[in-house]
Amino acid sequence: MNSETMLMMLIALPFAGACLAALFPPNARNAETWAAALVTLGAVVLSASLFPAVATGTPVRLNIEWLPTLGLSFSLRMDGFAWLFSMLVTCIGFLVVIYSRYYMSPDDAIPRFYAFFLAFMGAMLGIILSGNLILLVVFWELTSIISFMLIGYWYQKADARDGARMSLTITGVGGLGLLAGVLLIGHIVGSYDLDAVLDSGDLIRSHPLYVPAICLVLLGAFTKSAQFPFHFWLPNAMAAPTPVSAFLHSATMVKAGVFLMARLWPVLGGTYEWFWLTGFAGAASLLLGAYFAIFQRDIKGLLAYSTISHLGLITLLLSLGSPLGAVAAIFHMMNHATFKASLFMAAGIIDHESGTRDMQKLGGLFKLMPYTATLAMVASAAMAGVPLLNGFLSKEMFFAEAIETHADSILDTAAPYVAVIASAFAVTYSIRFIHAVFFGERPADLPREPHEPPFLMRLPIQLLVLACLVIGIIPAITVGSFLHIAVVSVLGADTPAYSLAVWHGLTVPLGMSVIALIGGALLYVLLRHYLAHCEEGPPYFRRLKGQRIFERVLVFVSWRFARLVEATLGTRRMQQQLRLLVAVSLVAAAIPFYNSNFGLGLFELGQIDIPFALLWVIGIACAVGAAHQAKFHRLVALILLGGAGVVTCITFVWLSAPDLAVTQLLVEIVTAVLILLGLRWLPKRWEDTELGRAPISTKLRRGRDLLVAAVAGLGMTLLSYAVMTRPSPDTISGFFLRKAYEEGGGRNVVNVILVDFRGFDTFGEITVLGIVALTVFALFRRFRPAPDTIESPEQQRIQAATDEERSDRITGQTVSDYLLVPSVIMQWLFPVIIVFAAYLFLRGHDLPGGGFAAGVAMSAAFILQYLAAGTVWVEDRLRILPVNWIGLGLLIAGCVGIGSWVFGYPFLTSYSQYIDLPVIGEIPAATAILFDLGVFSLVVGATVLMLIVFAHQSIRRLRAAKISTTTIEEVA
Amino acid sequence: MIELTLALGIGFLVGSGIWLLQRPRTYQVIVGLSLISYGVNLFIFSMSRPRSNMAPVVTSGTVDPAAYADPLPQSLVLTAIVIGFATTALFLVVLLVSRGLTGSDHVDGREPN
Repeated sequence: MNSETMLMMLIALPFAGACLAALFPPNARNAETWAAALVTLGAVVLSASLFPAVATGTPVRLNIEWLPTLGLSFSLRMDGFAWLFSMLVTCIGFLVVIYSRYYMSPDDAIPRFYAFFLAFMGAMLGIILSGNLILLVVFWELTSIISFMLIGYWYQKADARDGARMSLTITGVGGLGLLAGVLLIGHIVGSYDLDAVLDSGDLIRSHPLYVPAICLVLLGAFTKSAQFPFHFWLPNAMAAPTPVSAFLHSATMVKAGVFLMARLWPVLGGTYEWFWLTGFAGAASLLLGAYFAIFQRDIKGLLAYSTISHLGLITLLLSLGSPLGAVAAIFHMMNHATFKASLFMAAGIIDHESGTRDMQKLGGLFKLMPYTATLAMVASAAMAGVPLLNGFLSKEMFFAEAIETHADSILDTAAPYVAVIASAFAVTYSIRFIHAVFFGERPADLPREPHEPPFLMRLPIQLLVLACLVIGIIPAITVGSFLHIAVVSVLGADTPAYSLAVWHGLTVPLGMSVIALIGGALLYVLLRHYLAHCEEGPPYFRRLKGQRIFERVLVFVSWRFARLVEATLGTRRMQQQLRLLVAVSLVAAAIPFYNSNFGLGLFELGQIDIPFALLWVIGIACAVGAAHQAKFHRLVALILLGGAGVVTCITFVWLSAPDLAVTQLLVEIVTAVLILLGLRWLPKRWEDTELGRAPISTKLRRGRDLLVAAVAGLGMTLLSYAVMTRPSPDTISGFFLRKAYEEGGGRNVVNVILVDFRGFDTFGEITVLGIVALTVFALFRRFRPAPDTIESPEQQRIQAATDEERSDRITGQTVSDYLLVPSVIMQWLFPVIIVFAAYLFLRGHDLPGGGFAAGVAMSAAFILQYLAAGTVWVEDRLRILPVNWIGLGLLIAGCVGIGSWVFGYPFLTSYSQYIDLPVIGEIPAATAILFDLGVFSLVVGATVLMLIVFAHQSIRRLRAAKISTTTIEEVA
Repeated sequence: MIELTLALGIGFLVGSGIWLLQRPRTYQVIVGLSLISYGVNLFIFSMSRPRSNMAPVVTSGTVDPAAYADPLPQSLVLTAIVIGFATTALFLVVLLVSRGLTGSDHVDGREPN
């Protein structure tokens, strides 16, 4: 297996494992753990076996084109730094998986836990291994989303939901910032490829967009790494199950921010702006995090603030711009992950065994769980920076850097003091953790009786603590070479000389360490009694809660501000919305008119086509009449609308568009029938006030509307006239005309375009048509007629009354014989129209006609039956099943499309030939005809379905009327 | 002069439609939308610089594109007619259901104060 394949597998394995894990039954805890452990172990082995390839000094690369036109490729790249990180992520992931087996309760949804856990690991590896910045952002967002799922794992708890939402909001905003920053970098460099970006440091730093770019990138990094002032989501994320905290909030997710800063440090770092931004955030997080950590009651809260503080240390180291600082930062990332993961797991054991994480309630656990206590003590010592442990080494490097002068400023001068104070605080909270939990009085009222956890639950901590010790004592031999390739891959030729050793002689940093250790211990002695009884939160800052501010901001932005905007700018009134829409389109259309010197073109009063002009006099009269009559005379307006439609239709015939004319005419009929069916349900309205008596405000409003309408109409006239009087540019139409017969096998070019050249569009369109029909159907199931329309129409009532008065007639006879002769004719027309539809369909490919027109014609045949004989009569005799027609149509069209795959052609490629049938003669037999058959079937189904549901309401009315009369009788 | 006639026709169709679009009753709006769709269909169709007696139904052999009307706007309009019908039907249902539920045929679902 070559290294590229291994790289791909390293990314793919956790995601595949996640899919697999999701499929396990809920109670298969052991099987699930085995699977997850194998997957993570596989990832460990894969990363480890990539070491020889990475150690050569050239990164391992894998490039798969994704969207090459946008400069986006799925490219993976593993250099020494990425290798070190992927080892860290996979190893700790493996250990946490084993630990989770014992931590998670059998009642928890285990498949969901492991599925998200493994997916998170995959996303994190994605960030580490991305060789393209956009891809990196994609994985970055993925970690935010999956961490939301993991923090909110116990979604029945309110604090888990809140913590999850807060972390997603903050890291999500940061992710957007990062995306913008990456786009800026891509704009500056001209490529999103990581290697190209790493080569253009000078270009980026001297670019005017440099400052916005680093602000945005750092926004992403700070939010992810919980740096001040975005730190407060991390303590709230402690509502997550402890294995999640051990993995996400020690080793991986929060490290993504500092990883990115270190990754881009050679390109973005070393400037004054970078120094101030990262230096301030880092120093503030370092100091405040450590200070806050002292005063936490919850063990995990203490560890969370400690993480903020340690990440602040790394950020501060990266702010300095010195290569030695970068070395220390990378080293501390590793060390912090090792001891913090083990501490989180120890906290989980304490919680699991005793039932609480409150340090004021705990105490004296040393006697009950000596092994765990010892392990926790060693790990805390590493956190405090005690010599012979790994935390000491990187802290020593930090002190050495802090006393150097890098950029002459207050921040730089203050650095050594900040460093010593923060380290002293770290000592204090480490001692507090150990002392409060393991020593002192053993409380009597613990929720559970604590004892040592199972061996395998302790094993991950043992291994990590062992790593802390070994690295702390013999750093150069154990991690020296690995750290070196990581450092070289980040710093390249600038790699400074550094030494990994416990003893450097009596130096200033050693002195600072000693001061911090003693100072921290003294501080704990002073604060001990206060801490045993104090309330939650640090003094002086207790009231200043980032969380509270965050919530206030959220409430303001998402509620008050939104309400304000809605109240001032919004309207619930449809008329105003539509008016605004028209106004905006008018302005948008007027701008190009104005900008490109609109001229009407050649205005020649040539030969006037008098019949055509007369036709349009009628058309215009119809349109204006419909507009005028639509309020009080709906039927008149509908007839006039039909008149305008017919004029449109004749225009199509006149101007060489027979297909359009046929379709328009048929659609016109069906639309008119539909609206006629609907008219019955609208309220009666009489013209009561004359226009002259309307109030002045109404007149003004109408005047304004008329003006808008007139301007819109004038604009359309000018625009279409201007287009029509200019010569046509060269379009693709020539191609269609030339190839229609040759390649599409049809003479009617419009039809060939629809079913062949642009068949895929038509496929989409008929799908839409089917969906609309189903929507109409579904909406009508909810239809309840208004009370005043339930009664039968006036005319029917008069007719029924006549029947009752006359003894020789049965009630209802006049109504049933209504329009008898037309009814009979309409019934006889049924087969005629079907034949007509078939004719339209068959000639469609060569002559005007086709599936659309035939489908509408066919549906007219059905609706005529409804009109002629009534719904009940038709449905007693005819089962139409329009939904099946729709389904069949889509199926035929889809199968014809897929059929071309069988012959190795793209979707919907057509094949055409003429075949000679007996009697009928030579007919075209293109596969496009089959496709057209699908179109036909679907159009029939959709149109008939819509017509039928409208027609059906007449039955519903009877039912509704019956119900209302029975209720009236009951009341009486 | 066909161009001017057609352009005027389009203008009046769209203008009448826009007037109706701003009216308060749902039925006025549906008539308005139908008028606008005639106007817009004709407008798209007018992009082919229409002439009489040039229907795009070709004969066999070599085809001279200049001898036929532009088929592309026609196929666009053909689909637009069918989809326009579907949306009219959809709007009609919404109109009727809204009238049934709210008891009012005002576009806002309630009578203005």
